[in-house]
Amino acid sequence: MIEVLSWIGQALILIGTFFYFLSTLGLIRMPDVYNRMQTSTKSATLGSLGVIIGVGLWAVGKGYSVSWISMTIIIAAFILLTNPISAHVLIKAAYEKGIPLWHGSVVDKYREFLEREEKERDAETQAASQAGTQGENDAGEVRT
Amino acid sequence: MEKRASTLSRYIYTVIVLFVIWLFFVSTLKLQEVLAGLAFSLIIAAFTYPVFTKAGLQNLHPKRVAYAIAYVPYFLWAMIMANLDVAYRVLHPKRPIRPGIVRCRTILKSDTGKLGLANSITLTPGTITLDVRGDDYFIHWIWVQDDVLNAEDEEASIKAASRYITQPFEKFLKVIFG
Repeated sequence: MIEVLSWIGQALILIGTFFYFLSTLGLIRMPDVYNRMQTSTKSATLGSLGVIIGVGLWAVGKGYSVSWISMTIIIAAFILLTNPISAHVLIKAAYEKGIPLWHGSVVDKYREFLEREEKERDAETQAASQAGTQGENDAGEVRT
Repeated sequence: MEKRASTLSRYIYTVIVLFVIWLFFVSTLKLQEVLAGLAFSLIIAAFTYPVFTKAGLQNLHPKRVAYAIAYVPYFLWAMIMANLDVAYRVLHPKRPIRPGIVRCRTILKSDTGKLGLANSITLTPGTITLDVRGDDYFIHWIWVQDDVLNAEDEEASIKAASRYITQPFEKFLKVIFG
């Protein structure tokens, strides 16, 4: 009966490895850094998840202690918590470095937003500096 | 900025979480292991509770825990489906991708909830959170849907994108994180 667990574990490892393969393939096939991130970080998550949980189930199925499965679940949970943060930081860094989107990209709301924000900030600083020079002039007049 | 719970409640919550993680790691109920874990949880929580939690014990409300447990299979299912979708795009000879950065709006209010949503979006293949500004998410999407692309104005496009990306997660996350 417990043999079934080790079969499930082996199947999960196989699936995980398949997703590793897909993410590698995506890394080669995708046109720009953003789409490469899509395939690499994501498939790596499901791949790792499958392999890690699979190892736990396989070990339990082979008669090792049950702690294998609880430990692997904790490891998987920590990967799920931390992986997206690294992905987010990488893609943000790529964008701020100015790496262009692929020419086939259809929309970039973030650029529109940043440009609008930039314009607003410019208008503000302009208004502020005008007010500032005004103030200096006033001060100068007072002094003379 | 949300209101902070009392110091005691945050401290006890941190102890409980650390202790449960410890129990998972040792996966035994031997008295020696449990006592050592409890002692270290009490000590470590004293140092780490200010950065660890804002809501404190409120997070362990039975309804929140039940939703958090129900969220795991729901999220895994969504992740597997999206993984297959991306796998299809990678394997298809014509490489059917239509990437773009879209803007979504969330109904979640707490910082932790926003973090959870951003992480869930990033973990789902095909979407990566690029930035969060207030209630707005900027998301790189591998296949921008038609009605987002052809929306008449900004608001309509935000609404359409939110329906695809953020709303499936929000119904759970708004209970879990408030």
